[in-house]
Amino acid sequence: MADTMANAWEGFVGGAWEKSIDVRDFIQKNYTPYEGDESFLAGPTEATKTLWNEVMELFKQERENGGVLDMDTKIVSTVDSHDAGYIHKDLEQIVGLQTDKPLKRSLQPFGGIRMAEEACKSYGYEVDPEISYIFKHYRKTHNEGVFDVYTPEMRSARHNAIITGLPDAYGRGRIIGDYRRVALYGVDRLIADKEYQKSTVCGTMTEEKIRLREELADQIKALKALKNMASKYGYDISKPAANAKEAIQWTYFAYLAAVKDQNGAAMSLGRTSTFLDIYIQRDLENGILTEEQAQEYIDHFIMKLRMVKFARTPEYNALFSGDPQWVTESIGGMGIDGRTLVTKTSFRYLHTLENLGTAPEPNLTVLWSKRLPTAFKHYCAKLSINTSSFQYENDDLMRVTHGDDYAIACCVSSMRVGKEMQFFGARANLAKCLLYAINGGVDERIDAKTGKHNQVGPKYRKVEGDYLDYDDVMEKYIDMMEWLAKLYVDTLNCIHYMHDKYCYEALQMALHDRDVKRYFATGIAGMSVVADSLSAIKYAKVKCIRDEYGVVVDFEVEGDFPKYGNNDDRVDSIAVEILNKFMDMIRSNYCYRNGVPTTSILTITSNVVYGKKTGNTPDGRKKGQPLAPGANPMHGRDTHGAAASMASVAKLPWKNAQDGISNTFTIIPDALGKDSSVFAGDIDIASIREAMEKE
Amino acid sequence: MKGHIHSTESFGTVDGPGIRFVIFYQGCPMRCLYCHNPDTWTIGGGDGNLRTVQSILDEYDGVKEFLQGGGITATGGEPLVQMEFLTELFEAAKKKKIHTCLDTSGILYRSEKRAEFDRLMAVTDLVMLDIKHIDEQEHIKLTKHSNQHILEFAMYLKEKKIPVWIRHVVVPGYTLNEKYLHQLGRFLADLDNLKALDVLPYHTMGEVKYENLGIDYPLKGVPPATKEQAIEAKNIILEGIKERLREEIHKDTD
Repeated sequence: MADTMANAWEGFVGGAWEKSIDVRDFIQKNYTPYEGDESFLAGPTEATKTLWNEVMELFKQERENGGVLDMDTKIVSTVDSHDAGYIHKDLEQIVGLQTDKPLKRSLQPFGGIRMAEEACKSYGYEVDPEISYIFKHYRKTHNEGVFDVYTPEMRSARHNAIITGLPDAYGRGRIIGDYRRVALYGVDRLIADKEYQKSTVCGTMTEEKIRLREELADQIKALKALKNMASKYGYDISKPAANAKEAIQWTYFAYLAAVKDQNGAAMSLGRTSTFLDIYIQRDLENGILTEEQAQEYIDHFIMKLRMVKFARTPEYNALFSGDPQWVTESIGGMGIDGRTLVTKTSFRYLHTLENLGTAPEPNLTVLWSKRLPTAFKHYCAKLSINTSSFQYENDDLMRVTHGDDYAIACCVSSMRVGKEMQFFGARANLAKCLLYAINGGVDERIDAKTGKHNQVGPKYRKVEGDYLDYDDVMEKYIDMMEWLAKLYVDTLNCIHYMHDKYCYEALQMALHDRDVKRYFATGIAGMSVVADSLSAIKYAKVKCIRDEYGVVVDFEVEGDFPKYGNNDDRVDSIAVEILNKFMDMIRSNYCYRNGVPTTSILTITSNVVYGKKTGNTPDGRKKGQPLAPGANPMHGRDTHGAAASMASVAKLPWKNAQDGISNTFTIIPDALGKDSSVFAGDIDIASIREAMEKE
Repeated sequence: MKGHIHSTESFGTVDGPGIRFVIFYQGCPMRCLYCHNPDTWTIGGGDGNLRTVQSILDEYDGVKEFLQGGGITATGGEPLVQMEFLTELFEAAKKKKIHTCLDTSGILYRSEKRAEFDRLMAVTDLVMLDIKHIDEQEHIKLTKHSNQHILEFAMYLKEKKIPVWIRHVVVPGYTLNEKYLHQLGRFLADLDNLKALDVLPYHTMGEVKYENLGIDYPLKGVPPATKEQAIEAKNIILEGIKERLREEIHKDTD
């Protein structure tokens, strides 16, 4: 084994990474920062064009076929469940599909058999009855486990949508395996490491230790399955990747194994571009690789990531406004030593948007720092204008907490790759919680089933009188938030316990250290509605309108009030106060497996569905109307322009919303500045005259 | 002292260099047919809020991190309607080393008020002068005022060596006219303080404001100008500038 390592690692600067699993150390010792521009990039090869046209044709057929091309109804997807599959074998530089055919959706019932059945049924397929029988009688699923232990109160909160989008019937996702480890070390070394880890868990067999030993055993099995899966494609990945093509292929196999194993709500890739650049750079320097080939490998890799699909139900797609996989790849950023982590391959990844055209996946995420190389910033700006296909996140903010080898899971959840993971936690609807505070725990909507309002929260004293009083409402709101925070955390504890038990992410966790930091993520929906509502109560007069049951179902706002999104401290401070209070309430509860609680304000799409289930609110928002996405101000209420709007959002302290704060920002290109073809911005009569005199 | 301010915009990208904090002054004596801010017409109140210089600069301070390379721009309405307040604002801004830009029609310039203008120009880094029409009769048709003071103001700025951007809205059937665009270019050739030419295609986005205010829209049915037309207009103006310079060079060498 030592020889294979020596060959594969030839030319690399050695260090701690040789002795223990430490990808960051390898990157830091070997990568080549790139401060130049995009002029070195190569266009698509003929093979890439042909292959991509074939994939586009498949996408077209998929759309024409009502959303899916084909579904597997017989083979339960595991890491090595399927034979090799290809798009066009002769043209593919990077191989591997989720099933035996491109875009054929895999069957993944471990999260819940009913969800898998529904997904098939909604596209006209039926899960093999034997499989259904097995998962209903012999093999319990995550979904069944959760509903076995849910309390009536949890079910009610879920049914009435004060806690929403819970991962109790589908894979939680939001875990990023360090897929790079497979390329750098080969699977055998990783198995040996896991065997060693297992041997260190000994002594008195507490529940905790038994669980860890079982998990490590599962991880080892998953790694063996990974090797087997790769062998079906004719690759032996037991040893480290020896060149750029292998490094990309190994990394992709590891990721592919994850999506075969898990149908998670977000299956993010990590931070691979600068890692892979080291291999590409070495091969380029050794004269065994051309820029065209390097770009071709990357193009084919990205192409595969664009084809990742899951079998999901129409309801799931409605919640997430589409069928997202969140194959997030984090690009760029700065190292803690001050060098940029931008490499030529950072450019090559973004360049796929030009070579293959635009696409929502993989979710390319630029980790933005003020200190990024100017040429890279310019390239990003140019591509953003031309493609609108990637997102930016604040590296200067996150580097302080996570160092320089973290990545984004889903849209904004940051974690150190291979060292931190997250228990995904959906979100609590704080706008609805405010209505519960006003109505003493009674839901503001009439339940279609019972024909009346449900008592969901505790029967605290409701608001009396015609007009809302700020201090009175605030006091009641804090009590109601306390209740909600506890119930929410308890519900998540049930979910993650069962997910670990019945739908454990063995492959992804095999690509983590033994002892990981587990973030216990929660989330908030309706932040701006809450801030504006409380501002209306404080600065205007808000009259309650009650229905025949005495439940406040509407409000009349008399007078104007400061609105969140205008850099106005009178209301922005309310948003900050609510966030800080709620986060502290979350923190005061027990979190499963000593998870470190965090929260997020990031509902990018599901705010529409949450809004549908929320009644009239005191800010004047009407029932059913969408809540604002993430931490955005409510649509049209930010009247002082973008900087003021962003300044309001920027007041929310990240330390109390560490799982991410999103601000969805749309601007028409013309509002970003002058068009250089119309605007003549460098006129100087004297020099024009001078030039003419010379003629 | 307080000023009537219609509104502010914290992320102005088209009203001067960089990203700018834009202050819309309430009140304007002109009634340009294509005006897209009729809600800022009324002088001395209207929809405006009474604001102090301090409150405006405080608001600027709240977003200044976003405004690197920018500054403040006074527009409207017509900022010169409230000249004293405008001067106070710019004086206070210059004390804080904020780049100041005045977006004006120049309609209120009078040579007898020169001392007051000198005081304002001492704290103005850039003037964006909106020449509505180069021909006096056409200017009256378009704005109900002569352009005499506006052109005088341009010459005054030249004399004071204040950097100037010329803005010109091209409206089909009004200013989108080769003869007049050329004539405008010839006039601009004289301005050695000219730094930029901003040709703005007429758009109809203001129409809805007229509806909301219950005013008839004077340019109903006039199509918006296209980007191509704006580029064409820019080229004609530049050609006009060169033609005049060419003539002068020949005159000098003759």
